[in-house]
Amino acid sequence: MQSEEHLLVEEKIISTKGAGKTEVTDEILKQATTPIEGEKFVFDKPRCMDDEYEIVYEKPKTLVDVSMHYCPGCAHSLVHKLIMEVIDELGIQEETIGVAPVGCAVFAYDYMNIDMSEAAHGRATAVATGIKRLLPDKYVFTYQGDGDLAAIGTAETIHTINRGENIMIIFINNAVYGMTSGQMAPTTLPGMKTTTSPNGRDTSFYGFPIKVSELISQLPGAFYVTRQAVNNATAVRRARKAILNALRYQKLNKGTCFIEIIGNCPSNWKMTPIEASKFVDDSMIKAFPLGDVKVPKGEDLKNLQEKN
Amino acid sequence: METKLMKGNEALAEAAIQAGCDAYFGYPITPQSEVLEYLAKEMPKHNRIVLQAESEIASINMIYGAAGAGFRSMTSSSSPGISLMQEGISYIAGAELPCLIVNVNRAGPGLGTIQPGQGDYFQSVKGGGHGDYKLIVLAPSSVQEMADFVFIGFDLADKYRNPVLILSDGAIGQMMEKVTFGKFKPVKVDKPWATIGKPETRERNYITSLHIQPEKLEKSNQKLVAKYKTIQENEVRFEELNTDDAEYLIVAYGLCARICHKAINIAREKGIKVGLLRPITLFPYPSKRLAELAEKTKFMLTVEMNAGQMIEDVKLSVNGKVPVEFYGRMGGMIPNPEEIVEKLENLIQKSHAI
Repeated sequence: MQSEEHLLVEEKIISTKGAGKTEVTDEILKQATTPIEGEKFVFDKPRCMDDEYEIVYEKPKTLVDVSMHYCPGCAHSLVHKLIMEVIDELGIQEETIGVAPVGCAVFAYDYMNIDMSEAAHGRATAVATGIKRLLPDKYVFTYQGDGDLAAIGTAETIHTINRGENIMIIFINNAVYGMTSGQMAPTTLPGMKTTTSPNGRDTSFYGFPIKVSELISQLPGAFYVTRQAVNNATAVRRARKAILNALRYQKLNKGTCFIEIIGNCPSNWKMTPIEASKFVDDSMIKAFPLGDVKVPKGEDLKNLQEKN
Repeated sequence: METKLMKGNEALAEAAIQAGCDAYFGYPITPQSEVLEYLAKEMPKHNRIVLQAESEIASINMIYGAAGAGFRSMTSSSSPGISLMQEGISYIAGAELPCLIVNVNRAGPGLGTIQPGQGDYFQSVKGGGHGDYKLIVLAPSSVQEMADFVFIGFDLADKYRNPVLILSDGAIGQMMEKVTFGKFKPVKVDKPWATIGKPETRERNYITSLHIQPEKLEKSNQKLVAKYKTIQENEVRFEELNTDDAEYLIVAYGLCARICHKAINIAREKGIKVGLLRPITLFPYPSKRLAELAEKTKFMLTVEMNAGQMIEDVKLSVNGKVPVEFYGRMGGMIPNPEEIVEKLENLIQKSHAI
């Protein structure tokens, strides 16, 4: 039997870490790691596996059980997990085909236990078009970064959405080229320093960051467009809901569902994970406001409610 | 058997339908737009997919997706468009996806002209995109072959999990001839590697050309090399004309081979013992046969509509045994039989003078 006090301490650590506001003090850590009188720690297995604990959360079944190559504090691992959670929830592993980009998520198929295709840089939505047109009853999604989707793949992105391909596009916007280690991206913020904009992005020279969600929401083929983040628990829950909605909408054959996710990139932002989370709140979200940009309306909404 | 009078491009498109092509993705470009136009009209009648993409880059990547999902897929273009596709073709070769690509070759470089050319030989047989890979390359020289090679091409692609290129040209694509259908039946091949959704019963499939560890990439490269060797051993196709008693040999493919056929008839009437070897597969190349013919001919003359590209493969094949000469026209100009005979006569005269 665990003491109530102990649980509270654990919760406190989790909540302070999650909020990224209070430092975890030595005192809190000491409290958490010192056995309370009359009690001892079980070291041979994680405490969460004690029979007396109720399982409240598990790794999604469709997420492959390997360690990921992503940096600590990176958004990718979290978003991978969210997609797989939703695939589990909908029970559509057998019906889903993903397309991985060139970028940090190039190895996405190492982690997602579904059929996947690796695409050339920027071409993920064209590859997804090829799959979806031949397999219209399957769920097809692409997973792309800002360099992939908004620079080299701009034409493919716009035309895929303009054709209203019934796919889900997950767009991870972290304002840098992650895999090539932090060059300026089309979404790099004004004044933001990157390896190729060492003095900060000069908008008179390179223009302003592209707001892809707003841009593509103008196309009739875009059915659902939303911008989310994953830097705190509430944001994560909302992002998960958006992914769930997008996959449900895909069955309506009404057009492209586009989920932009503001991703943390501590390594290339040269920040700690906590600082990166704060940077998302303080800077990224100011330039890229969160929320739905385009949602199903009228008849479409009615159909959705009936379907759900 | 059904015989029709058709344009080369249309015969090719009709053959695609009959060969069980599930999907066509393409972008308009002269001189091959008839393929997309024909299929845009006909494919929906057969419940097949036809889609005009925003670019050749998108087309070839749609093929990558569709072929990866296990469907018979095809695209076509002409030289500048094929250049744009090279990235995707390299990925397709690396991921070992079967598909059919058609290049109705026009003259270049650059925007060049819409007239026929054979300037894309190097691009077609030596790789074209980045990395070590080969396409199986078929070179039709008639409207009938434009149709036949679609069937053969799809089957070879499936057999070897390799992209196949039909290298035609603007003249064969545009000319009208009679063409007979019904000779071939499409072969259905199991594709357990396709990305169609992972059932409980098997591991996940993924289509990729990425092997970040050099040890693994080298293994993958070696596997490709071994495959190309098997293809070289088993799939060489060529046609010979009057080679039995030939003292001189003309080597030409595609449109040039037709013209050389006529040139040989003229030369034979003049008593010149000349034969023709027409490579049908440009990769795998009929090197072995050329080496044999080098033993009994005095010289070889390569005729091409370019500055001299296939001649390098002829030289490699004969390995210095006989002189290999060249006659070519460029810029969309087509050689006529008389000028080829004249070149032949000059070369014979020169060789006697020595």
